[in-house]
Amino acid sequence: MLDDFLVRASLAGVGVALAAAPLGCFVVWRRMAYFGDATAHAAILGVAISLAFSTSVFAGALAVSLMMALTVSAISGRGLAVDTLLGVMAHSALAFGLVAVSFLQGVRLDLMVYLFGDILAVSQGDLAVIWGGVLLILALMFWRWSALLTATLNQDLAHASGINPRREQLILTVALAVVVAVAIKVVGVLLIAALLIIPAASARPVSRTPEGMAMMAAGIGAVSALLGLRLSYLYDTPAGPSIICVAAVAFAVTNVAQLVRGRA
Amino acid sequence: MTLVSVRDLTIRLGSHTALSGVDLEITPGEIVTVVGPNGSGKTTLLRAIIGAVRAQTGRVERAAGLSIGYVPQSLSIDPTLPLTVNRFLQLPRTRERNLCETALAQAGADGLGERQMSALSGGQFQRVLLARALLEKPQLLILDEPTTGLDQPGSAAFYQQIERVRQDIGCAVLMVSHELHVVMSASDRVICLNGHVCCHGTPDVVASAPEYRALFGTGTQGALALYRHDHDHHHHHHEAAE
Repeated sequence: MLDDFLVRASLAGVGVALAAAPLGCFVVWRRMAYFGDATAHAAILGVAISLAFSTSVFAGALAVSLMMALTVSAISGRGLAVDTLLGVMAHSALAFGLVAVSFLQGVRLDLMVYLFGDILAVSQGDLAVIWGGVLLILALMFWRWSALLTATLNQDLAHASGINPRREQLILTVALAVVVAVAIKVVGVLLIAALLIIPAASARPVSRTPEGMAMMAAGIGAVSALLGLRLSYLYDTPAGPSIICVAAVAFAVTNVAQLVRGRA
Repeated sequence: MTLVSVRDLTIRLGSHTALSGVDLEITPGEIVTVVGPNGSGKTTLLRAIIGAVRAQTGRVERAAGLSIGYVPQSLSIDPTLPLTVNRFLQLPRTRERNLCETALAQAGADGLGERQMSALSGGQFQRVLLARALLEKPQLLILDEPTTGLDQPGSAAFYQQIERVRQDIGCAVLMVSHELHVVMSASDRVICLNGHVCCHGTPDVVASAPEYRALFGTGTQGALALYRHDHDHHHHHHEAAE
């Protein structure tokens, strides 16, 4: 079964969508969209470093993303002009990454693969790494869910309940770096933030509880992955962007439906 | 036995000294109100007691296993976060449904369980925050300006609710308020704070203390010291000031 590239692609897409859903909800609730961008864009620098030293792309991307995420996390705790700073870091990380890649012989042609993903080329080994990361993230989310939610609502409320909000922030940061590393192959660094945010934002109008929203986001993400792959196969469009397009349509549908219902 | 004992507490936030040399003890069942102008360190004191800020010098000692119910000054829930009242009550710990209903009833918020937090009025929202704090089975209930955004009848009703809660479950209450006239009648002790403890004691003692008058009396033309009209021995001061 795993011999079929479409099956492997589907499994990879669904896996990443499942992991991105609960994490994406926190990114939306805590207004960390730029944070996601900075972490994801930094990954291209990690890719360049891995290729230069012929090591695993996952490991390189994970290491650099993690460093970026921790840096951004530390900075945002200090009340600087976070929005501007994140914008600077997100885009300069991408620029440095692209420049670094250009120094490598023979990689330039593959650049699109890392920017927009190459889900149809997912190998069995990739699949194992992706699902390892996915299960790790889901386990983290499941374990820390209530504490994360309480810390997201209000830091003092968390303190009073014996939860350290800084620790929860760190857990989110690590999970975000892991999802970036496993999602590169699926949607590429430019669209990872989209995979985090769009399913969650699509789920918001049709959810009553945080858990409901995470489940719904997972459903929308998984369907987007499968449908996007199908469309990409039928119409010969790039797979990663096709997945995001389907998710974006889901966002439009649920949010417009809510507007209409609100007016009726 | 004391629930919380604060000894010589000094807290600097950046270059600003929020609190210096503050002493405070809270014993079971009493209602202690902290009053003071804006920036006087009231919220910082509460945050130190729940462990959200560290002391530079001095210490905060909590009784072993002390359960604290905390009602924050404000809670802004991002509109992207869907949250029913029942789900909010169960953060971070899962509670039985009937315990949630009891807590809502105790806080005067019966039947709101299935509502979205974003659909509550200001008064309902504060009562739900109170209900969540009650679910901790608190020995100490801490409230930070709990009536911010409520109108006068609304805050009066809320303070009465807190007195009822104290009678029901016998918890101590530590609250911060700027609504002196309403708060003081319900308090066993009042602490007047302005970076340090200016004066403290029963409401009557504090009300007649010169430090308190200096802080709230003259500077505001007496407008803030209009508490307890009918019992005030210094009525003519007010009239003179007005």
